[in-house]
Amino acid sequence: MKEAIAGTLESGDIMITIGPGEGLQVDLQSSVAAQFGRQIKAVITQTLEGLGVKDAHVQAIDKGALDCTIRARVTAAAVRATGKDVWKD
Amino acid sequence: MMFVPGNNPGMMADAHIYGPDSIMLDLEDSVTMAEKDAARLLVYNALKSIDYGSTEMVVRINPLNTPYGKKDVEAVVKAGVDVIRMPKTETADEVRELEAEILKVETEIGRVGETRIMAAIESALGIVNAYAIATASPRMMGIALGAEDYSANLKTNRTPGGAELLLAREQIVVAARAAGICCFDTVYSNLDDMVTFRKEVELIKTLGFDGKSIINPRQIEVVNSVFTPTEKEITKARAVVAAIREAQAKGSGVIAVNGKMVDRPVVLRAERTIALAIAAGVIDKEEAI
Repeated sequence: MKEAIAGTLESGDIMITIGPGEGLQVDLQSSVAAQFGRQIKAVITQTLEGLGVKDAHVQAIDKGALDCTIRARVTAAAVRATGKDVWKD
Repeated sequence: MMFVPGNNPGMMADAHIYGPDSIMLDLEDSVTMAEKDAARLLVYNALKSIDYGSTEMVVRINPLNTPYGKKDVEAVVKAGVDVIRMPKTETADEVRELEAEILKVETEIGRVGETRIMAAIESALGIVNAYAIATASPRMMGIALGAEDYSANLKTNRTPGGAELLLAREQIVVAARAAGICCFDTVYSNLDDMVTFRKEVELIKTLGFDGKSIINPRQIEVVNSVFTPTEKEITKARAVVAAIREAQAKGSGVIAVNGKMVDRPVVLRAERTIALAIAAGVIDKEEAI
């Protein structure tokens, strides 16, 4: 796994930086961390587990992203980091 | 049909709030090559998760002859998109190639026949082949004009009056009507000139288009106001339809309303006026006549 980034710092988005690690470690910055931090981290780890990624260090900067956006950005970063696409062609 | 960049999650989440009839999430021109993979995932996850209600969801994919097109088809069909908008369509064979790709994915997921196709025509060759494109597949629900590429291909420029687009617009309307599908006009990109925008919407309505592509929620009200029949038009249409129904009940095909003969074309126009009024929400379907 190489380090890779997906997402932006625009409102409604989340920037995900993913790199090598042991186990799944998620560092989260979010203005709503107190209210939704646990949920955001859960979406990140569930998405990575779904992709078969067991070891990674994730840095997430959240700007109020919906769960579907978090899933999309985590998947994009993981695909870029591992080189394994989720689509066929 | 409101265009929304496929790499902007904030806009994708909010677009339906403004009430467009359809939303077109764009994976093509508004997304850089470096972000094609991420935009595809955003669009896939948005379609799977966001409740867009009754808004028709369209995705403009990249051409199939690029490294992105087939992956776009796989993603959006699996996400359950209503319509795939095919850019830069020039021949019927291109539509059939897309149809085959869609069928492959639909068969895999057990959802055969659900995805429809809209072809954007953006070149002189596409305009020449408009009817063949419109009839290339039973999945075809509409054809649309892409004026920027078309103007460049014609070696001319866009003008406020749109003289350079007249043949293309008429050809698209005629091809769509002959094929029995819908037709949609191109975008108007100067958001600061609502006067010219309104004139353009009035022009394309007169030409026979079913709708207009837009790039900003501010343009929705203008399009709706032009396409929504006036009270006078609705009253007249109701009178025509009521009179023909009464005549048919008596076994007569020809009637007069307010001293004017009413024949089949007049009835068809009246029915379209009522259908537009229902679609615009100014009359109820149950109380249409």
